[in-house]
Amino acid sequence: MLTLILRRLMAGVVMILFVLSFNFFLFRVVESDPVGSLYRGRNISAEQRERIQERYGLNGSKPEQFVKYVREMARGNFGYSYANNRPVSTLIREKLWPTLWLVGISTLLSTLLGTIIGIWSAWHRGSWRDYLGTGTTMLLYAMPDFWLAMIVLVWFGREMGWFPLGGLEDPSSDAVGLTKLLENIHHLVLPGLVLTLSYLGEYALVMRSSLIEVMGEDYLTVARAKGLRDKFVRSRHAVRNAMLPVITLITLNFGFVLGGAIAVESIFSIPGLGNATLAASKGPDLPMLQALFLLFSVSVIVMNIVAEILYMYFDPRVRTR
Amino acid sequence: MTATTSPPTERLASRRIAWIRRRRALADLWRRFRRDRPGLFGLVVLTLIVFMAVAAPLIADPARFDLLAVRDIEEWQSPNSSHWFGTDDNGRDVFAMFVHGSRVSLLVGLTAAAIAIVIGSLFGLTSGYTAGSWLDRVLNRVTEWFLVIPFLPLAIVLVSVLDEPTLFGLIKPGLGVIVFVIGITSWPGTARVIRAQVMSVKERLYVDRARALGANDRHVITRHILPNVTGLIVANATLTVPITILTESTLSFLGLGDPTRQSWGRILNEAKQAGAITRNAWWYYLPAGIGILLVVLAFTLIGQALETILNPKLRERES
Repeated sequence: MLTLILRRLMAGVVMILFVLSFNFFLFRVVESDPVGSLYRGRNISAEQRERIQERYGLNGSKPEQFVKYVREMARGNFGYSYANNRPVSTLIREKLWPTLWLVGISTLLSTLLGTIIGIWSAWHRGSWRDYLGTGTTMLLYAMPDFWLAMIVLVWFGREMGWFPLGGLEDPSSDAVGLTKLLENIHHLVLPGLVLTLSYLGEYALVMRSSLIEVMGEDYLTVARAKGLRDKFVRSRHAVRNAMLPVITLITLNFGFVLGGAIAVESIFSIPGLGNATLAASKGPDLPMLQALFLLFSVSVIVMNIVAEILYMYFDPRVRTR
Repeated sequence: MTATTSPPTERLASRRIAWIRRRRALADLWRRFRRDRPGLFGLVVLTLIVFMAVAAPLIADPARFDLLAVRDIEEWQSPNSSHWFGTDDNGRDVFAMFVHGSRVSLLVGLTAAAIAIVIGSLFGLTSGYTAGSWLDRVLNRVTEWFLVIPFLPLAIVLVSVLDEPTLFGLIKPGLGVIVFVIGITSWPGTARVIRAQVMSVKERLYVDRARALGANDRHVITRHILPNVTGLIVANATLTVPITILTESTLSFLGLGDPTRQSWGRILNEAKQAGAITRNAWWYYLPAGIGILLVVLAFTLIGQALETILNPKLRERES
């Protein structure tokens, strides 16, 4: 099992290298002369131009640039943002937390609620409960998240006035410590609700179909024939096995947490990574985009490996193969 | 073709038998589909929306949302008999925008899904058929990269960067770029599913039999593998459309759509810009969202129905 894990880790490292080189070519190919487009229409001397190129790692031939790029990335140096000349790593660190809190908590809540609804619908398959559960989750799944965000914003933000309309804190607020934390939470309730509802559908649908599949298995009939109570059979035998595909889905989606909420972040003006991506794409602010893409991809790769290790832990069939 | 020794008349007969079988399979598909109530509901909804998109100019006059033509019309009217869905901040008719917006959503959704399905099927077929070879490994790496890259950010970047004709002028800014970008970011799931199916079909006994009788790769692929994955491709295509439609509306909502055409995502973007949220002009932002929701729901329901019918594994469960 250890060798299996090691092999997965190696594959992950190769994948990250692949992502690195792909990102390099993607962004150099789409923008052949960044300095030119950066100083569009302005007169700059050849000397100035050279200095700018040096600063952003754009001097030398493409292969030279590539070697330099990989070296700097490995050192954790992501360069300077074109937009405001600050180090990209600092910028990203600032934007990371709002997104991590918002999307992380919504993902947790939606997996929890989603699996419960999925189990409930599967267990009452064909009854009105199933139609209610599956109908609701289908609707949530088909709903564009930004539209749901608009509706929620109108009703709970504007009409009822229960929650603020956007941002992380009140513009005039000078709160610190616990009050500040409460204020932030107050601001994150609505976007969190929207994300939870729009992620929930997928989990519920997958959980339902997985459980229905498991419920046809012989060992459940055996368990019932042994005289075990329905409730016990459900929680100890059926749900445990049906959880496997859902666990994969959850871990994989956790990888997409960082880059997943662009539209919702933009509606609620959350100063997170999604809004940063949107802003950087307008420039385009290549160093920022490159770093964001690397961050997004690496988090997916890491969660992929976690998913496989979890799978080995939960499913003996994978371990022994 | 291997068995070319048979005289032409017999070949014609065998072809006709094949057609009869196909027609029978289609009739069988319809018979099963008809029993799937959610799928049927999806089909009805989709038919209505497609009808609306095709007949858009007959249903609503495009001049009703032409900024120059609506200068004298009162803005922010709530729904009434002459403006069924009210008017916006410029006096444009929301109903006319809604009807015409359906065209872009469907057009982009369908063509992008077609591109995704073609790329995904080619990747899946090739890597499944050559499983274990270097080609398979390279294709797998590329698929994995596309699975790992966050595709909405990628789409956003590509759309905002591709502001000049690219790929030898084939892809022009506007709808072309959007279709292209959504297409090339939505295929990896399909490639995965098809690869797995091809690998399992390839090992079946009748393929061995065909090979023993002297069949070449082309024969095996066209006569045995393709027919066995077609159902899966069709079901997958139907399930890809909801994703492409949602992506299109998200891009348009973020202001990255084609600025010359009305689409549901763009209506929502403009509604937000115009302050429909602060005014609570529900007639402005509700219809477009419901439109997207219904199309996505319809395709998902149809796709799930087709999947249960066409995927042999799921069909066994059904009985």
